Amino acid sequence: MTFSWARVGAVLHKELRDYRRNRFVIGTMAAVPVLFIILPTIQLVAANTTDKAVSLRIGLSLLYMLVIPVTMPSVVCAYAVVGEREQGTLEPVLSTPVRREEFLIAKALAAFLPTLVIAYAVFGIFLAVAALFASPVIVSAIFTGPHVLVQLLFTPLLAGWAIWVGIAVSTRSTDVRVAQQLSVLGSVPPLVIVALMSLNVISESTALAIGLAGALLAFDLLAWRVVAGMFDRERLVTGSRR
Amino acid sequence: MTAQEVAVPGRSGPDGSRPHAALVVQHLGKRFGERVAFDDVSFEVGYGEVFGFLGPNGAGKTTIVRTLGTLIAPSSGSATVAGIPLSARDGSAIRSRISMMPESPGLYLRLTVTENLQCFAGLYELDDVRGRIGRALRAVNLEERAGDLCGSLSKGLRQRVALARALLNDPAVLFLDEPTSGLDPVATREVHELVAALRERGVTIFLTTHRLEEAERLCDRVAILNTTLRLIGRPDELREQLFRRSLDVRLRAPLDDPKAVFGAVAEVGGWERTPSGYTLTVSAPDLAAPALARALVKADADILSIAESHHSLEDVYLELVDEDVEAKAR
Repeated sequence: MTFSWARVGAVLHKELRDYRRNRFVIGTMAAVPVLFIILPTIQLVAANTTDKAVSLRIGLSLLYMLVIPVTMPSVVCAYAVVGEREQGTLEPVLSTPVRREEFLIAKALAAFLPTLVIAYAVFGIFLAVAALFASPVIVSAIFTGPHVLVQLLFTPLLAGWAIWVGIAVSTRSTDVRVAQQLSVLGSVPPLVIVALMSLNVISESTALAIGLAGALLAFDLLAWRVVAGMFDRERLVTGSRR
Repeated sequence: MTAQEVAVPGRSGPDGSRPHAALVVQHLGKRFGERVAFDDVSFEVGYGEVFGFLGPNGAGKTTIVRTLGTLIAPSSGSATVAGIPLSARDGSAIRSRISMMPESPGLYLRLTVTENLQCFAGLYELDDVRGRIGRALRAVNLEERAGDLCGSLSKGLRQRVALARALLNDPAVLFLDEPTSGLDPVATREVHELVAALRERGVTIFLTTHRLEEAERLCDRVAILNTTLRLIGRPDELREQLFRRSLDVRLRAPLDDPKAVFGAVAEVGGWERTPSGYTLTVSAPDLAAPALARALVKADADILSIAESHHSLEDVYLELVDEDVEAKAR
């Protein structure tokens, strides 16, 4: 049997319906962006244009924006497999013709799409508030520099990292809470590099940004196959290794 | 309950031909490290047959279902499921032709009954989804609850939804793993009636249970498993295979000389005292009973009853399990 987007769609549709009716998921998806938009916006609007550290403040504010695509999907993805297993819904799904690659792509897309929409929406609100209320010097620094491009580029790439790490942890965990903790921890490393760049600890350069983006893109594309290899139907159903 | 509108399941092989059996299992075994889940299991299940798999907890029943459902790879042996050889490569193809209903219904509780079924119809890539869902819900008498969240349903109703889900793809083989486990008597009866209705429709069912009356009532043939296959056959065949035919004799008072009375009847092979009378091993109960009655009357005994002993499937099962316990103790 070949790869079926119809089966991917069936799982994806179910996931999105399930999210909508899950207060915990809705709460997480709403609270994280609200939290990460208030602080950076206040910070920028209140910033003094003579402040020597304007660039640092902008970097820090935008870093908050990149925390959203990392933290939001990692919690949801940590639940993706081990949560279904605990709920008893995994075995019936795995008993259907669905292939592990289809199942995983559907789970990844179900986390990726809302994350991307929310992260871009929050960034859009941040830009609008900054344009309306921040000083012209700051607005100019935000819009003329590479910041917008970096945000647009790194948001899906970081989300991809967090999603595959989260799903990988979820396929190998036996407890949802442990999976969530490990997933959040595992999603941090690329964010550290981005943070060091934002805070000017590592000198920002186009080459470094492209290199990091390329590495994340390669990871995101390869991770699907790697995580599929880790997805062992037998272990997931019985809890035993072959 | 009716299953009238459930389509007759696919009964042909992958190439359109009709293989002779829905399941062919040969010397199948599964080990988890050093632990043997089941070993050297061989049997066949014909199309349209309801086949019961009995065994105590830990006997390997669920592991066999999962193995035949391609969720678990066997350690040894081979099998053909719905005409397709059991292999990891053909896992998806096999799963598209069968259905499995695990012990726990495994429903998405925040989704409605219909939404749960829509998800699985999508996973099977079925056409006429609305029609199929309607027919499956009618088969389990759940049409009126189609819009209810599964989380709001009772355990019995959830089990019915799981059964409707298993019927969606008109499976060539329907695996039911302990379908009445944890259900109250009313819900159990409802599931029994549903399975009986499916049986009438010719659906091939592989049913695991440790409820013996359930197997006796629903199954054409049963197999008793305790890691290895201990017995297989129709319930009445198993009784005959395991127990010699006998007559239960109830008398008002014990005989003075039972040996002389029973010894005079040619068909009686042996006898033993029971609290209410005697149990006699006989070659042919129909011939032995009249001769025995004459002998007892001649001995001046007051006869209360003479009846052929009836052994239930439970007797067969307990006899086998006891043998296994004794063998392990040795």
